[in-house]
Amino acid sequence: MGLSHRSTGVTVFKEEGAKRRGTDYIVALAGNPNTGKSTVFNALTGLNQHTGNWPGKTVLRAEGYYKHQGQEYLLIDLPGTYSLFANSVEEQVARDFICFGNYQVIIVVVDATCLERNLNLALQVLEMTSKVVICVNLLDEAKRKGIKIDLSALSEELGVPVVGTNAREGVGLEQLKTAVKKVASGSIAAEPRKITYDLEIESAISDLLTKIETNSFTHINPRWLALRLLEGEDLLQLGKEAKNPVVTEHNKTKVALLEG
Amino acid sequence: MNAENFKLQNDLRDRIVSTLYFEAETIADKVIKERGKKSNWESKLDNILTSPSWGYLTMLLLLGVIFWITIAGANYPSELLANLFFIIEDKLLAILTAIHAPDWVTGLLVLGLFRTLAWVVSVMLPPMAIFFPMFTLLEDLGYLPRVAFNLDYLFKKCGTHGKQALSMCMGFGCNAAGVISCRIIDSPRERLIAILTNNFVPCNGRFPTLILISSLFLAGVFGSLGVTLVVLAVVLIGIAATLGVSYFLSKTFLKGIPSTFTLELPPFRKPQVGQVVVRSIFDRTIFVLGRAVMVAAPAGLLIWLMANLQVNGVSILSLTANFLDPFARSLGLDGIILMAFILGLPANEIVIPLIFMGYLATGSLIELTGLNEIRQLLITKHGWTWLTAINVMLFSLLHYPCGTTLLTIFKETKSRKWTVLAFVIPTVVGLTVCFLLTQIVGLLNL
Amino acid sequence: MFLSLADTPVGQERHVESLSATGIMRRRLLDLGFVPGAPVSVVRKAPLGDPTAYLIRGAIIALRKEEAAFIQVK
Repeated sequence: MGLSHRSTGVTVFKEEGAKRRGTDYIVALAGNPNTGKSTVFNALTGLNQHTGNWPGKTVLRAEGYYKHQGQEYLLIDLPGTYSLFANSVEEQVARDFICFGNYQVIIVVVDATCLERNLNLALQVLEMTSKVVICVNLLDEAKRKGIKIDLSALSEELGVPVVGTNAREGVGLEQLKTAVKKVASGSIAAEPRKITYDLEIESAISDLLTKIETNSFTHINPRWLALRLLEGEDLLQLGKEAKNPVVTEHNKTKVALLEG
Repeated sequence: MNAENFKLQNDLRDRIVSTLYFEAETIADKVIKERGKKSNWESKLDNILTSPSWGYLTMLLLLGVIFWITIAGANYPSELLANLFFIIEDKLLAILTAIHAPDWVTGLLVLGLFRTLAWVVSVMLPPMAIFFPMFTLLEDLGYLPRVAFNLDYLFKKCGTHGKQALSMCMGFGCNAAGVISCRIIDSPRERLIAILTNNFVPCNGRFPTLILISSLFLAGVFGSLGVTLVVLAVVLIGIAATLGVSYFLSKTFLKGIPSTFTLELPPFRKPQVGQVVVRSIFDRTIFVLGRAVMVAAPAGLLIWLMANLQVNGVSILSLTANFLDPFARSLGLDGIILMAFILGLPANEIVIPLIFMGYLATGSLIELTGLNEIRQLLITKHGWTWLTAINVMLFSLLHYPCGTTLLTIFKETKSRKWTVLAFVIPTVVGLTVCFLLTQIVGLLNL
Repeated sequence: MFLSLADTPVGQERHVESLSATGIMRRRLLDLGFVPGAPVSVVRKAPLGDPTAYLIRGAIIALRKEEAAFIQVK
């Protein structure tokens, strides 16, 4: 938001960005802070939300639209977070949306100059859903520093489409929109990389999975749910806020589990 | 099957994150073809910007330079705008005369409403249109986290967070934006302290007040440079007040231990100069014009009415001013000034025009074209001294937030109590400072 | 007894051995990449001596002395 006239004055009360019209697809935008995520957002939607170069800028949840091949996409810019473990309010907001939000695709923006840390978040997202497009941004910065990334190898490793961009200059955006469309319409069958934890954790997960009704979930990965239960997360609270009957049902199972 | 039986709880998160990073490393190793070299010039620059010898100096210099460019650069455009408005005003008067509009209508519309609007726009727009783009460029560059890095030690000593430096910087542009930016502070206690103290840095709306008054009293000594130094000094006082009140709050109402810092210092990025400047200027113009129409014009209207409506032969304006005068004098101000500040609650930028209009007692800005006329009005006719000037500047710095900011604070804190405190705390500080200064100066017969 | 990151001089590189932080602090450090085995180097200190900037996983993160003390290194 930054120092724009929209960020001050009475308009600060209007937190929702564009009003929802009849859209074809809803796309979420996630990523570490400071990956140029908001630049990607601006570039796609043409909205001029100011993007400063310091962490924690996306303090409001921005929404915008873009058209691609005759279809309308609603893009929702989630707060930048280092992970999705709900350590802070921002992470909670992002996590809740990715968990319970109504969307067809999630773009995870990754900083090419800082891949390892960014992959931490990307992998967490991949544990939650398979409807992912990875956007490797700041390629110009990487080039400047002499960093080269094999994007197709990355795509193979992660099991989802990977697009390289330089959002500032508008490079790679068309490919990004295409990838989004492919995932949204289901013409790509993504097989996200499965993360295997140590033996003890894995056996606990499989134990839990036998007790959980796996067919009651929409797009939340049961493995992820099991992991959160093991961590002792109170999904009941989340479920209430999300008004999601699936989760409420699931939490009854959890309660039964813990008592059993 | 009980979750505790797994004995996983305590280090489960550790193991999960370790596994995730192990995977991330594995993938990165396979996928990164060239790791590249560390950029030397960035490191060197950072070393300078945060060094013991240069760090604070560069911050001060940078702030000074930005202020100086804003102040010096705004002069010519302000003149141009003022001339433009005079032309429009003549046309308006011509129309009103042609349709035989009654005097009070002309007074109300042109002398009250239009003049104030014109004044605010020509004085406010140029500095804002210069300051905001520059500040935004600095933001885009990635300099601001370095400021937080440099100042965190001070904020930690005051029991708050280095990120408050960032919301403080935002406050230079607009305090309402500054309050919203406090969201980047995770700890609710520290966020609240940052919100409550944000008003101690002068927003763009108060710059014209500071610039004008220091211009008047420096009488051309050192020109724009002198004015810049005065503004810088006032800002430093504001920062000191921020730290002091933060310290006080964290020891009393908002007690607690300092939270964690963990700030990322992003690499420097070349700002897209053209785009930023154009967008910023356009954006600021909309903002200033919008505020001028919504706040300044009605305020001008109001004071014209107050000056021209009479109760028992005395104008409401005089009544109010006289009522406030004794109290105001104890603060080194006078009834008109205080009234202007009170009426200026909706927006800081209307305080000066309201003062002028109050003094002119006809509720209109008649031909105050140059500094000399203004000096005549303030110093000669209404007895302003250097003390008055300082008190006006101090009170402008240390008083309640403007209407927009208060609304924003209420929205952010969702608490009437804290919003009221946000109003009271700076005001009490301002009243105390002005009072003490005036009394001490009086006692010492300076 | 391992030294902590807070005791590591500027310009040195170490590897994370363990974290003595708990709760939210621990989680935040983990998320930033301070897991056992991770390489971290001390980049520079702030003018007043605190906080200190560290290079971890390709990014520069600033930590206060109290926070860096939670990270044991070797």
